[in-house]
Amino acid sequence: MAKAFTTISSRFVPLNIENVDTDQIIPARFLKATTRDGFGKNLFRDWRYENDDETKPKADFILNQPQYSGEILVAAKNFGCGSSREHAAWSIQDYGFNVVVSSFFADIFKNNALNNGVLPVTVSEPFLQNLFSLGNEATLTVNLEAQTITIDATGESESFEINAYKKTCMINGYDDIDYLLSIKEDIINYENSAP
Amino acid sequence: MGKSLFEKIWERHVVKTIEGGPSVLYIDTHFIHEVTSPQAFNGLNKRGIKVFRPKQTVATADHNVPTLNQHLPIKEELSRKQVEALIKNCSEHGVELYGLGHPYQGIVHVIGPELGITQPGMTIVCGDSHTSTHGAFGAIAFGIGTSEVEMVLSTQCLLHSKPKLMRIIVEGELNKGVVSKDIVLYILSKISASGATGYAVEFAGSAIRSLSMEARMTICNMSIEMGGRCGLIAPDETTFNYIKGRKFAPQDFDKAVAEWKQLYSDADAVFDKEYHFDAADIQPMITYGTNPGMGIPVTGTIPTTETINETDKSGLNKSLAYMGLEQGAPIKGQKVDYVFIGSCTNSRIEDLRMVAAFVKGKQKASDVEVWIVPGSKQVEAQAKAEGIDKVFEEAGFVLRQPGCSACLGMNEDKIPAGKYCISTSNRNFEGRQGAGARTLLASPLTAAVAAITGKVGDVREWPL
Ligand code: SF4
Repeated sequence: MAKAFTTISSRFVPLNIENVDTDQIIPARFLKATTRDGFGKNLFRDWRYENDDETKPKADFILNQPQYSGEILVAAKNFGCGSSREHAAWSIQDYGFNVVVSSFFADIFKNNALNNGVLPVTVSEPFLQNLFSLGNEATLTVNLEAQTITIDATGESESFEINAYKKTCMINGYDDIDYLLSIKEDIINYENSAP
Repeated sequence: MGKSLFEKIWERHVVKTIEGGPSVLYIDTHFIHEVTSPQAFNGLNKRGIKVFRPKQTVATADHNVPTLNQHLPIKEELSRKQVEALIKNCSEHGVELYGLGHPYQGIVHVIGPELGITQPGMTIVCGDSHTSTHGAFGAIAFGIGTSEVEMVLSTQCLLHSKPKLMRIIVEGELNKGVVSKDIVLYILSKISASGATGYAVEFAGSAIRSLSMEARMTICNMSIEMGGRCGLIAPDETTFNYIKGRKFAPQDFDKAVAEWKQLYSDADAVFDKEYHFDAADIQPMITYGTNPGMGIPVTGTIPTTETINETDKSGLNKSLAYMGLEQGAPIKGQKVDYVFIGSCTNSRIEDLRMVAAFVKGKQKASDVEVWIVPGSKQVEAQAKAEGIDKVFEEAGFVLRQPGCSACLGMNEDKIPAGKYCISTSNRNFEGRQGAGARTLLASPLTAAVAAITGKVGDVREWPL
């Protein structure tokens, strides 16, 4: 059961790098846990620290720049490509991001994010570039009900797509397993009738 | 209107469709491994439910297992715990496990096909993106996240919307020294690492049909590197012959084949996007950058900001800085420190045979470390039965034990920072083979050349 999602207004962290793959989001050596907790501290681990040393943050990496903060991560196109590891979505959520904005998401990542209550918001390339040009004080409002993302200071807004079923799930905090378990009869009927 | 191969399989597996939402898709076969399943089993245990159809689930340990001394307890504590959790979960839920020490153990995408579990017309999933490999048999096969692993364990179903359809047609005869890995690296270099995102990709054409099952698997394996939801190839006699006689092949084989023969895209099937390539244009390929779309012929030069495609333009300098390579430089002659022949892309018996045939009677370069990691215990046993292990030993290579190994560096098989590794695996992402490791993706033949010379070379300059 994920937490219910409605509207988020927040500052954002701009990660202006294309083709961010899930090996960067959470390197494979951190996949050895058997629970879902605590992945946030290793989010973007190898971009964040010199020689894997938590006492040596890389000053030029955006997560290490305290002037940038918020619940929204804004990333350049083709975010989340590569491995299917859901740990990528867990680490993003555990770090404190509830929305990821990009002009293009890899498929599996998008599903994994939605299954964990992290909203992937796909915007146009010009809108994305506009976001990257804003200063660190700027705030965005993401309204899931209305399917809009708005730059609060200027009122510039864009609408985004989301599958109607997934939207209902996110707004109500349902998950797919609850649904699938509720239609078990249908599944058994299918099995009995399948060729 | 005719139907595509993908649609024929998809429609047979839809349990129901939610208004304005995804379809409930029935999954025939579910593979699981130690890394992406523990949290899913925890979820089931929390709900107090058991695996719904344990007979349709098959488990193995592959991602973080050591590739030396597999008979000893795993030294690294976290890896050991994951493997132990898998053993416990499988036994509590009645799931068949081909774990360490089992004669069927191996990389999940190698063992499914070689045991005959993977069959045409099936829906197959696994918590691993390279599940697309199984599509080579004319199945819908794709990778899923751990929440979805939990869904399949608990209901044998998933909620998915039908992807768009793409067909990639490769016609003609392959040049000497060009193998299926080169075909897929070539396609990737043309359509980019995101070119097929949102699509199910069917590979077709005479060049694809001429390939063995092993070679077809290499291509479907890397369809995920184009962003594809899955990759598939229509089954034919090559497919049927491969499955025949395998452990889990259908009992009534002729009946199964009669059904499988219906699995092809009708002549008037419609695809949302189609690409045509000429096999004659394909040369031995290698990657220079940090995504699998950044590939060039081994005789080519690294692109410059002026010559590179739009997709990779902005990332070029970052990639090259990581790789320690220069714009416009030739890749041939580049020094290599490690050679890794393995992974679910190229660790099947045919790959090892190809490498052995090339290196027989030759010696590895003195300053290169060569790791050969068979995809499964069965591949390992077959290699030994054929004397391939002796060829490797005489050449100075190490034949290790099955697992994912340096493909993702979750066990101790890591490439040190700054070192160059020519690898037959599928991903050259930053840090994929170890923090700071520099990966050059290539075919087993091109990797074999590097093992002998210590450099990136052109296999066509050797007698083949
Ligand atoms: S060999 Fe590599 S790509 Fe294949 S399943 Fe293992 S880790 Fe994934």
